[in-house]
Amino acid sequence: MPGLGTSFGRGGATTFPQDLVNSDAVLIMGSNMAEAHPVAFARVLEAKERGAKLIHVDPHFSRTSAMADLYLQIRAGSDIAFLGGIIRWLLVNERYFHDYVYYYTNALTVIDDKFEDSEALDGLFSGYDPQTRSYDTSSWQYKRDKKGNTVTDPEAKKPRTVLNLLKYHFERYTPEEVERICGVPKDGFLRVCEILADNSGRERTAAFCYALGWTQHSHGVQNIRAAAIVQLLLGNMGRPGGGIMALRGHASIQGSTDVPTLYDLLSGYMPQPSALLDHGTLEKYIKAAWRPTGWWANFPKYIVSFLKAWYGAAATVENDYRFDWVAKTNGDHSHLASTFAMVEGKIKGMLIMGQNPASGSAHARLQRRALSNLDWLVVRDLYEIESAAFWYAAPDGEDPAAIKTEIFFVPAASHLEKEGSFTNTQRLVQWRDKAIDPPGEARSDAWFIHQLAKRLKKLYAGSKLKRDAPIQALTWEYDRAEPEPGSKVLDEPDLDRVVQEINGCEIATGKLLGGFAELKDDGTTACGSWIYSGIHPEPGRNKAASRDNRGRVFPNWGWSWPANRRILYNRASADPSGRPWSERKKYIWWDEEQKKWTGEDVPDFPATKDPETPAKPGAGGMDALSGSDPFIMMPDGRGWLFVPKGLKDGPMPTHYEPYESPVHNALYGQQSNPTAKTFAKTGDNPIAAPEDPDYPVVMTTYRVTEHHVTGAMTRWLPWLAELQPEAFVELSPQLAAAKGIVNGGWVTVSTLRGQFEGRALVTPRMHPLQIQGKLIDQIGVPVHWSYMGVTKGDTPNDLTHLVLEPNVSIYEVKAITCNVRAGRRTGATTAPVAPKTESA
Amino acid sequence: MSFFQAFERVEPPPQARPMGFFTDSSVCIGCKACEVACKQWNELPADGQKFTGMSYDNTVALGATTWRHVQFIEQQDERGAMRWLFNSDVCKHCVDAPCENACPTGSLIRTEFDTVYVQQDICNGCGYCVVACPFGVIETAHAAPNTDGAAHKCTLCYDRLKDGMEPACAKACPTDSILFGEVDQLREYAARRVEVLQARGESKAQLYGMPAQDHALGGLNSFFLLLDEPEKYNLPRYPRSPKRAMAKGYLWGLGAAIVVAATMALMFDSD
Repeated sequence: MPGLGTSFGRGGATTFPQDLVNSDAVLIMGSNMAEAHPVAFARVLEAKERGAKLIHVDPHFSRTSAMADLYLQIRAGSDIAFLGGIIRWLLVNERYFHDYVYYYTNALTVIDDKFEDSEALDGLFSGYDPQTRSYDTSSWQYKRDKKGNTVTDPEAKKPRTVLNLLKYHFERYTPEEVERICGVPKDGFLRVCEILADNSGRERTAAFCYALGWTQHSHGVQNIRAAAIVQLLLGNMGRPGGGIMALRGHASIQGSTDVPTLYDLLSGYMPQPSALLDHGTLEKYIKAAWRPTGWWANFPKYIVSFLKAWYGAAATVENDYRFDWVAKTNGDHSHLASTFAMVEGKIKGMLIMGQNPASGSAHARLQRRALSNLDWLVVRDLYEIESAAFWYAAPDGEDPAAIKTEIFFVPAASHLEKEGSFTNTQRLVQWRDKAIDPPGEARSDAWFIHQLAKRLKKLYAGSKLKRDAPIQALTWEYDRAEPEPGSKVLDEPDLDRVVQEINGCEIATGKLLGGFAELKDDGTTACGSWIYSGIHPEPGRNKAASRDNRGRVFPNWGWSWPANRRILYNRASADPSGRPWSERKKYIWWDEEQKKWTGEDVPDFPATKDPETPAKPGAGGMDALSGSDPFIMMPDGRGWLFVPKGLKDGPMPTHYEPYESPVHNALYGQQSNPTAKTFAKTGDNPIAAPEDPDYPVVMTTYRVTEHHVTGAMTRWLPWLAELQPEAFVELSPQLAAAKGIVNGGWVTVSTLRGQFEGRALVTPRMHPLQIQGKLIDQIGVPVHWSYMGVTKGDTPNDLTHLVLEPNVSIYEVKAITCNVRAGRRTGATTAPVAPKTESA
Repeated sequence: MSFFQAFERVEPPPQARPMGFFTDSSVCIGCKACEVACKQWNELPADGQKFTGMSYDNTVALGATTWRHVQFIEQQDERGAMRWLFNSDVCKHCVDAPCENACPTGSLIRTEFDTVYVQQDICNGCGYCVVACPFGVIETAHAAPNTDGAAHKCTLCYDRLKDGMEPACAKACPTDSILFGEVDQLREYAARRVEVLQARGESKAQLYGMPAQDHALGGLNSFFLLLDEPEKYNLPRYPRSPKRAMAKGYLWGLGAAIVVAATMALMFDSD
């Protein structure tokens, strides 16, 4: 989550759902919170009962919109124009939180003279190389004086001061322009600006909630960046009722980036070493990844302890802690880049667990083609999902006999049939107990991984080959001392031992550590994920399993990283001198008598660092930050309005059209994100041109409450299947009338990638939008259906394409263009048919 | 059980405080968790899969196998602004319950919690209750998947109440739109709640099923807060118990009998 990480320091939601009750205004955008996160949404309703204003901005009027005080229908993919409009309005009308912005952000930092803004370069920033479609970011850096110190401008007079760059960058994002680009009425937009500004400042706070409606775009990270800028300008970060609530799409998705399943991260957000970078030795890797100032100065402790956790006694200072054994990336190995590698025959086998690419990933028909090009495929799931059954059940018209992939379907245990943890949206780790044994031969994923690792280690045990040394040395001591009493499964691993390894210990004594402050860089400590250190501080005490619902922030309910802090950057809840900004929004403050930080939560700051402590110029680590720099993970301790380092597509968000759009970019010659990966040369991924008359309708995708993602856990349940029994399309009465589509009848949606048929739900909850002088229709397609299960249907992802966001390689499935017609799809397959251009 | 034991009289359980539901539609988010929790706890089958095109409502109505039903009402004002109302409908557990009055077998009884309960083993499937209910709640099961012919409806989770647990739907509701409790306390809370909403500008916010309302069959132990007129939620403004027509019906019947008798007497007389 680099949108949050580069703005504030950590890639996680900055607050937790229970704190939303303290908000005076909540803006939900890019999220259908009531439907996808109904339990967390109950806290928003509670805030509303206490008088908070609830705003929902979304392409589709959902159950979330129904509960909002103010709803605005926006064109899918135009969020940055909307948020940029808010940024401009706050700056022009001086409605930002002056003291917060001046002291806690990089607003007064001066940027290098070579930097050129997208206003000057028609939508590009300085440093762009069209050959590689990437930026050289050297001109985006902070300006340094002769001693190497950052230049600041305390009066904000210089044109290259961040605050002034921000004004210049967004000066054309006027309310009129927002209306033209987004299709929201100007009055409604201004109402949002006023509600946010009225409910922010010393006495009040506003929160933002977002989800995949912001991330799944070719400029998804910049959507979140734009929100971060608004929240920094309003002074809402690190304060009760404020913050940015990133609502993750599944249980434990947060956990899967903390102790990651990602190709480009080691645990605790340490980068995966790369063969393409200067990562040849541990020293070089640390030098490249380390930041000399701020909390990341501790980086060597975390990586050395991590290597000790993996390789145990085999990792020593003499052999570089076996850094050479860690796999190096040599390109983009993300899920979707790997899809193309499979199509090209470069990947031979695949394990799928808790994922369903044959229907759940963008451009699903291409995904199935990739799967059918594998030699072997293992699918573990509760039911025979689409990814296991594609070879005979997919509507692609392929001959099953011609598909060579050997598929192993392995039954998995559900969450009730195994113990384990969820790390959910608010960074909170909660332990779950097992209720019953799984049926038949179904086993937990942990069991599968454990047994696989044990078998692999056995296979390689006698090898003399150098390349097999890593797997021989890998520590793998998770066997249970005794089988679980009363269970038929005798060989499940001991998950408590896994949690202990993640927590970390002192190697010589085996003593569990109380937190990451105890980690060392001399090989005497081991720790599986430094941000989780402290979760299991002594034997028999897994804090994730604690269940005490008392206290304002419930500190003893589960355990949240880092260090059980519930609101991140909470030093910012006090003013620079350490006093709360207001009595009403009191949270963490400096106790002058005890000379320490105290309050409702664990302070996200060195506990005894006086607010008056000056920054030491030239010092390293935390000494480089003053007692009033609240964002301790940042090298300058400030929230970043302008991001000099860490993003591939620009230091400030810029309005780019989605790759498929019904209009040309109204602000710049540059149509779309110039650094997105388009796979243009690989074929079978056609993208409609801007304003393509064959595909004039905007399509967005979303979930409904009744089902979960591709439905692997819900479409097989008759009780849920009857609630939303068929794939459907939501469209406006105007569009339905123009196309002769009747409510409840069939409708076929087509794109350059494929066709999709579903039932038409004609509703005034959708309406056409006036965009740049044209009336643009917008439709919504819930994502849940596919060709297996109790309720079956066409696969919405047969319509979507593969254009990837440059920072995190997420696909753009929230805003594409399509066409619709009455009736069922033609032919037996969902493959595309050539469109007939309609006369205008 | 021996033959004689079957005829032994068992003391009924002691009377408890009347219990009921207050369904506050103003905080309902239409998630249907109540529908699913009800079906799961009561082991009711799914009714099949039919896309209705009626907003997000695909289960259509209360019936023999659907004891909670979430309504979706889409409204648009003259300026085009949308409003989407949700409400979880359920058996009203009327204080003066027409279904109970109509039941000839004694299958429909009033429990110690002042709720209305169908004893399936006694029900003979006559269906009098079905036509008596002014809300269309109770139904005899004649269509797949349940064809036992008996009458079925919400039990207010009588089995859970016996164990001191709240009904499954109330337990599952994430926003506390479905509140379960002592009817007196729920009514007090509801009266305050409707005032709050009206003060906030919800001018049509109203309670449905309070005992003071003349339409309320002596009060509904399961009552509602609505954000629009009852008809918008497919609820009758003046639900009537067929019992009310009985006195008149008997009088007319008596009158008719007298007329017939008199006519016959005259006819015989003229012989």
